[in-house]
This record gives sequence, structure tokens and C-alpha cells, in this order.
Amino acid sequence: MSQDNNTNTTNTTGHVWDNDLQELDNPLPRWWIWGFYITFVFTIVYWLFYPAWPIGDNYTKGVPGLNSITYTATQPNGEQVEKTTHWNMRSKFMVEMNELQEAQKKWFDKVAAMPFEDVQKDAELMQFVNSVGKTMFTDNCAPCHQQGAQGKIGFSPNLADDHWQYGGTYQNIEETIVAGRNGYMPPFKEVLQDEQITQLANYVLEMSGEPHDAEASKAGAALFRSETAACYYCHGENAQGKIQMGSANLTDKIWLWADIPGSKTDAAKLAEVKRVITGGLNRGVMPAWSGRLSPAQIKLLTVYVHDSLGGGK
Amino acid sequence: MPQTGAAKPSSLLHKQIPIVTRSVKGKFRNFKTAVMVVAYSIYFLLPWMPWQRNSAADQAVMFDLESRRFFIFDLIVYPQDIFWLAMLLFIAAALLFFTTGLIGRAWCGYFCFQTLWSDLFIFIERMIQGERPARLRLMKQPLGAEKILKIGGSHALMILVSLWTAVTFAAYFSYAPDFVIALFTGHAVEAAYITVGVLTLTTYFAAGVIREHVCTLACPYARFQGVMYEADTLAVSYDSKRGEGLKGRTLPIIGLKTRDERQEKGHGDCIDCGFCVQVCPTGIDIRDGLQYQCISCGLCIDACNNIMDSVGYPRGLIRYDSEKNLSSDQPKPARLEWKRVKVIGYATALLIAAGILLYNIGTRNDTDVSVQQVRQPLFIMLSDGSYRNRYQVHIVNKTELDARYQLSVRGIPASSLDLGSLKEVRVRAGKSLIMNAKVDLERTIAQQTEKFEFVVTSSNPDTAPVVVPANFNSQR
Repeated sequence: MSQDNNTNTTNTTGHVWDNDLQELDNPLPRWWIWGFYITFVFTIVYWLFYPAWPIGDNYTKGVPGLNSITYTATQPNGEQVEKTTHWNMRSKFMVEMNELQEAQKKWFDKVAAMPFEDVQKDAELMQFVNSVGKTMFTDNCAPCHQQGAQGKIGFSPNLADDHWQYGGTYQNIEETIVAGRNGYMPPFKEVLQDEQITQLANYVLEMSGEPHDAEASKAGAALFRSETAACYYCHGENAQGKIQMGSANLTDKIWLWADIPGSKTDAAKLAEVKRVITGGLNRGVMPAWSGRLSPAQIKLLTVYVHDSLGGGK
Repeated sequence: MPQTGAAKPSSLLHKQIPIVTRSVKGKFRNFKTAVMVVAYSIYFLLPWMPWQRNSAADQAVMFDLESRRFFIFDLIVYPQDIFWLAMLLFIAAALLFFTTGLIGRAWCGYFCFQTLWSDLFIFIERMIQGERPARLRLMKQPLGAEKILKIGGSHALMILVSLWTAVTFAAYFSYAPDFVIALFTGHAVEAAYITVGVLTLTTYFAAGVIREHVCTLACPYARFQGVMYEADTLAVSYDSKRGEGLKGRTLPIIGLKTRDERQEKGHGDCIDCGFCVQVCPTGIDIRDGLQYQCISCGLCIDACNNIMDSVGYPRGLIRYDSEKNLSSDQPKPARLEWKRVKVIGYATALLIAAGILLYNIGTRNDTDVSVQQVRQPLFIMLSDGSYRNRYQVHIVNKTELDARYQLSVRGIPASSLDLGSLKEVRVRAGKSLIMNAKVDLERTIAQQTEKFEFVVTSSNPDTAPVVVPANFNSQR
């Protein structure tokens, strides 16, 4: 508190206006002025250690070697490269990601070394699968399958229910993630009359227990197994679909392409099914993830989809 | 240069005269010393007390941040028990209000860490530099070997005490014997060095350098405790009627030595020796009345009583008394006036809060279960038309032994619960586990079911099963 003496006297610049108007000139408090000088010192030290001044397209990077940072990056071809650079936020982020991967490695290794069936028997391991799987699902799968894996009718299947077009075993799911899927149904507007399509649609509704015209449905059933429409080629004799080709089971309550749960009236339901038969579909495309995720990540994601979501049936 | 009205020196910036206190003997001094011995014994020794434990280090009191458990003897506090902390803080506040309403700032004067550590550091100064006159002389002395040695020595000792205070504090957060060795061999974690460093500096700075300024300038409690004073509150007070008489206090010069002589000439009992000011740790004159700087430590009472004894006047010129009693025409002996709405109100709040806390601690279940429904989507229709709801069941094992838990449902068919192949889960001592549970209900049952219960049974027979209600959603 040594500056206190200064506040007891009045220092002025010596200029006087209108006889009594003066300009005070008290010195700044010493603690303040020293704090100010320290910021200068701090700034210079900062320039030595961190990126600071922009110069054209470039910038100063601090004294080389004084504050460098090393991280491991994965190249697009999967090669691990060690990089050393001046300190910057992006590299710091990479270092933290490296640390995170290192911390998770023992769990990933454990999952990778185990048969699928054993992972779900280990409650602690499943806890890891749940949390990491959820993050991976959110990053990679949720854009199509939605955040809660509930899918979207007319776009992507629900992964939380018990129906699996391409099979719900570990191996099926892993294959789906690795290689992707390509769902297709030809349009029937050139092949069938509108009346025939109505009959087929009624049959499809009947199989799922929806309101329908019994007579038209009967005709539809015959048409289903005829060579004219040849629906049974893909959907099977009993219309329960074929896992090998991913054709839909038409006898259950789950709808993927025709929005029956969202249709209020019977006519609207019929129109929805007719729309699918008429136009076919070629949007059932799921990309392959083999190049984007590591085998260990795919295995963990498989367990997550199978056990945390709705697989296994 | 024409001088305009010179700026009045601000009292805040005015250079303080350093307070050099005189030591005193008496019952309040003894009480303060006793509190200090007890408080220091607890604080410095508690981290070293061993305690048998199964799942953690054998330390009686340990706030284990790493495993997120606080061990307090046989009680283990988990993050889920944060409510206890809220209750504890409320109890502390109510206790502070209650005591302040009754006997003034007793906390400040006898129990506050600032008071305890300042007191200790003043004691160190007295041991090394001598009594008040010797210390004042030393301050005025030009810089020399004696001054450097004595003042430097006492500050070095203060820093040592501060360091050990900080080390002790940090020792509460990990196994003390290992921690102290690791700390001094350079193997402790970064956070430990930062904690010890910061606490050493702040302890030394607060108790060794700025001292009473903490109470007068920084402490919020010091300021708001004034609000809790009432006319009936006992406070350290100077009996100005008795001390000043009609003509004011005066020195016991010849002709004014006995009480009778003084009363005859209209002077009070205060002989203006200044002893009460010299012993005051905040440097105030209690004879100016109740002041916000007064931490109510009672040392001026001891000082005045000693003087009164030596001149043969009755004790109690400075004493604990209420404002109301002091200003009445016929002052009665001071007594505790507790029959007041405010005091009884604080006491009631205190008892209720303490009761709730103790009840809650006593009835806590060793298994903590919470069920969170997966809300996206709320329900899923399955291929046969039945509905599926998904839940995340969070099980915390609050015992010190690993335990196995079984999850079942009540209110819906047992077969509707799907846990994969986890028939039983093991949760380690003091750890928690989150598991997935799927509940599939047939369409007709689903539409009638809105609520059901999860039941978690522990393998430990002493632990009661935990029942957690859950909602079931479906398209109705």
C-alpha cells in the first residue's frame, strides 16, 4: 500500500482554465502499472511458444523446437504416421484423441479377441459397448437410422425392432455393416393393370391384419404366386421374405416402405401399398463401412446393434 | 500552483498501523487455546487415523475423488448422496444464525480458521520476537542481523506451518502415508502440488500477512452476521455508564485512585490503560461500542478483568451483555435470553434439518437403482404387433463387497423382460453398472399397462430388494 501517499496530495498538469479548472495528473497505482508491465512480458513469452502474428498467408509459429507437439495420425490408406509440428490447437486435439484411443484400446482388444456370443455375457464389457457403440452409432448410422435406431418409414429400417430383412445374427449384421446393402424392387406399373395392383395391395394388407377387400385379396393371393406378377420369386411362397436377398416379410406388422402406421383411412393405406407396388423402389441402399471403420470398431458396432438395439431374432 | 480543496485521504487507502497484539491471560484466552488444541488435533491427526476397509485404503476419513467415494469412518458417501451436502450446508447456516442471534459472533471469535491460524501465527511471533513492546521495538529497529533473524525466522516458521496445513488438507484426498512420501519424493500427481502450493501461499498470506483484513475487508460472513444481532443478543460490550461516569474516563492519577474518589469527582471506572486495545486482534477500541470489526473473541474482557483485579475494582467493565440490558436504568446480571421468536425459529430449523439428514443417512439402502427409459423412440412395434420399451438400469453397489444382482419385473409377466443372456450381473464394491433391459408386451397387455416395477435383488442377504417404478408406453 505504498502508493497511498500519492493519493493524499493533488498533482495537476499545471494548466489552469477559467482560473480554477485544472487537469489532475495523479500517478497510476503502482500495482496496476506493474500488472500492466507484466502483461508485456507475458505477451513476448507467448510469442516464443505459440502461433501468434499473421504475416500474409502465413503466421509466426514460435521458436522452432521450443514447444512442439507430436501425434499419431491415420492416413486414408490406414497407415499410421507420426507427425511433429509447432504447438497448435488442432494437433493438441489429435494428441487428446490419441490418448483416448489408447485408453479405449484394451477394451476394443478384449472385444476383438472374444467370440460375439461371449461379449454380451460380460456385463462390464457390455457397458463399454453401450457407451462407445452409442457414440459410433450416432456418428455413422444415425443420419439414416435416426438417433434411437428407430429408422424412418420409406427411408431406413428400424434397428430396434425384431425384424431383420438381411438377418439378425451377429454374422449377418457384421456382413451388412462391412459390405453395405442394396435393396431393390422393380416397378410393376408396366407389367400389371391397375386393378391387379389393387388386388395385390389388398392381399398385402390382409397378410398384416389390416382392413382390406376380401374378394380383391383372394385374387391378389393368386396373382402373388402367378408368373404374371411373380412376387413369390423374391418374397417367397409364404410371403415371409428371404434373408439372402433382403426381401421384406409381408406378413408381419412392420412396414418399411409403405407408411401404413401413418395412414389414417383405409383408402390411404391401400394407396400407400399400391404406390410401392406401382413404382417399385431402388432407394434401399446402405453404404459399406469396411474402409471407414476398423474391423474392431465394426465388431463392437455389431455387438451394439445386436444386443443393445434389437438384433438376435 | 493554486491549491484546490485537497482530496480527503480515503480511509480505505489510508496506511494501516500494523497491529501488534499483547498477550493476555484469562478464561476467554484459555477457552480459545482449548478450542485451538482440539481443532488442530482433529485437523492434523485425522488423516493419519487407520480404519479397516475392504475396498479402499485403510484410512478413517478419506475423500477419494478418484473412485468418487467419501469415506467417513463407517459411512461411505456417494455422488448420489449430494443431497446430504445441501442439508449439511443448510445446517451449518442455521447453526451460525442460531449462535449469532444468541451470543453474537462466537464463530468468528473462537472457531473460524482465520482466527485459529492468525492466533497461532501471533503466538509464533511472540515466541520468537517477544512480547508487544519488544516486537514494536524490533519493527522500528534498522535492518540488521537481529531483525532479519527474528522476523525472517518467525515468517519461515509460519510458512512451514502453512505448508503442513496444506499437506494435511491434501492428505484427506488420498491415502496419507503414501501421499506424503510421494509428495516429497516428487511422485505425486500435478493436482497435489498445485493444491499444496496454493494452500500454503493462501494460508501464509491470510493468517501471516493480511490477518484482520480478511475479517474486515474480505469476509462476507463477518458483514452479514451483524443482521442477526438483536437488542437481546449477548455481545462483547463495554459498560460505558460505569466506565465513563459523568465526566468520562481518566487515568488513575493521585486523588483519583479509589472508586470512591473517582465517583465523587464524576469519573467512571475505566482507568484508560489501553490494555483492551492492545490485546485486540483487529485493533479496535471496544469502548467505542459495537463495531463490525469486532470478531467477539473476548480477549478485551480478559484484559480488562485483569486490570480491574489489580486496581481492586469489580470485574466486568467489559463483558458479554445485551444492548437492551446495558441501556436499561437498572442493569441486571447478563443472562442468555433465548425465548425469542428468531432464536427459537433458528433452533427449530436446525433440529428439523439435522433430523432429516440423520434419518436419510440412517435409512439409505446399500443398493441404489435408477431406471431411465430410452425415449427415442418411446416404443417400438414388433413384427407380431406387440410393443417393446427399452430401459437403462443403473445399479450402484454402495457396500464394500462385490455383489451380484438380479433384475426382475413386477406387475407384468416375468417373461416379458429381456436381458439378453445376463441372468445376473456382478457390480464391484463401490462401483456402478448400467445394463440394458427390454420389455416386450403383447398388444392387449401393452395397451392396459401404464406402470410396472423393476425389482433389483442383491445376493447380499442384508440388503433389501429395491423396487423402482417405471412407465410403459404404447400406441393407445
